[in-house]
Amino acid sequence: MGAIYILWLRELKRYVRSRVQIVVSLGQPCLYLLALGFGLGPVFQKAGLGSYLQFMAPGVIGMTVLFSSVFSGIAMLWDRQFGFLKETLVAPVSRMQIMIGRTLGGATVAVLQGTLILIVCLVAGFRPHSWLAIPAAFLFVMLIAIVFAALGTAIGSVIKDMQGFQLVMNFMVLPIFFLSGALYPLANLGVVLTFITRLDPLTYGVDGLRGALIDHWHFLPAVNAGVLGTIALVFLSLGAYLFSKIEA
Amino acid sequence: MWSRSEAHMIRVQNLVKTFGDFTAVKDISFEVAQGEIFAFLGPNGAGKTTTIKMLTTLLRPTSGAIELDGLDPTVKQKEARQRFGIVFQDPSLDQEQTAWENMDLHGVLYHVPRKVRTERSERLLKLFELWDRKDSYVKTFSGGMKRRLEIARGFLHTPKILFLDEPTLGLDPQSRNLLWNHVKHLNETENTTVFLTTHYMDEADKVAHRIAIMDHGKIVAQGTSAELKDQTESESLEGAFLALTGSSLRDESADAKAGLRQMAQMWRR
Repeated sequence: MGAIYILWLRELKRYVRSRVQIVVSLGQPCLYLLALGFGLGPVFQKAGLGSYLQFMAPGVIGMTVLFSSVFSGIAMLWDRQFGFLKETLVAPVSRMQIMIGRTLGGATVAVLQGTLILIVCLVAGFRPHSWLAIPAAFLFVMLIAIVFAALGTAIGSVIKDMQGFQLVMNFMVLPIFFLSGALYPLANLGVVLTFITRLDPLTYGVDGLRGALIDHWHFLPAVNAGVLGTIALVFLSLGAYLFSKIEA
Repeated sequence: MWSRSEAHMIRVQNLVKTFGDFTAVKDISFEVAQGEIFAFLGPNGAGKTTTIKMLTTLLRPTSGAIELDGLDPTVKQKEARQRFGIVFQDPSLDQEQTAWENMDLHGVLYHVPRKVRTERSERLLKLFELWDRKDSYVKTFSGGMKRRLEIARGFLHTPKILFLDEPTLGLDPQSRNLLWNHVKHLNETENTTVFLTTHYMDEADKVAHRIAIMDHGKIVAQGTSAELKDQTESESLEGAFLALTGSSLRDESADAKAGLRQMAQMWRR
């Protein structure tokens, strides 16, 4: 137990101590908010769907959490050879405990990032439909964080070099983001896109977040939470299995 | 059947490791007594790191037997790990934490009770001359300091055996000298068995009680430094080594690890 706590704490310390990193990682979502939020705003309004900023803010929060959690898992690649991970792999601690500590730590950091972006969104003019929505929103943020932190751990356990990292970022993470309805409504999409977006776990996360924050639901809340919860368990198992197979 | 096992910390019998159709370790056997400093010498690609990985539960042997302090590490992993410490060839410190935090983390992972953790961390940091930097981030440390911290950390849980994989690679002579003085001191006071791999002949000569020379996956000779020199009628250990392993170059093939190592060296302070 002490091991899980201290590994979780370690992820948090790393985050809090890297001021520059925090600012930099907020840059991309801010860019999306500014460029797309204000850029596509008029068009969205004209289409009769209201404020695009309101619509996309949950999507941007989802994006931040996605990137942060996957990245924390993949950063394990570096840690494997040149850092602390080797020390944990050879210690008399079960792989499961190490994996849980790291994954929860990564998920917590992602939630913190999401919170910071939420504040940025509020500054930019976003308003949730009710302040009581925030706890519900947090639930979805946590679910997204756990799902993708576990996925990140699974991937991080398998890839062996920087090329693998680039492959994953470009061919997995970005598609997950763009095919999730973070940036566009899920209603009235063509057959193909409707199908693809339903396969994407982030779709349910963003929809849940959007529903909680501005009461704009595509799926039922229970469906979103249920799908995310199930996928979280699957990814956690996958992550635990692959992590246990690492031979340093 | 093992013979009387008193005081033998490490026993290896007919150890083999194959990767596909490549045999890295070809049936090696040796024993290390308690409190001994034992060095594995060998050219690149000899199989030293593979051997140490098998001894420290990081790789499963293809066949053969290992006994650490009476335990089979492939069966009783956690107990075996509790009894040894290892300092890897590549740094395994947490750069973003302080020296003290690194020690503390290690202590928690190795189930060292808090009071013991605190006292011993202080003692070891002072011994390895890092106490005044205990609250500095490891990323600000020089290579020599990082190595010292890693070795100090390795001793924290009072291991019976300390494995050192090329511990002084890349360090200047002063750092190397300091490091070995401290290791020898702890070896003498706490009777810690030390198993090391190295390229540095002069160190092996000065520091190790017994040496095994490994080449192409086999142990070609073992004994004290004097015995090896006698055996090959050489003046120095280096001479004995070259006589036993030949003078041709050993080129390792580059792998992903080597690539990462290169990148890390580029970005190192």
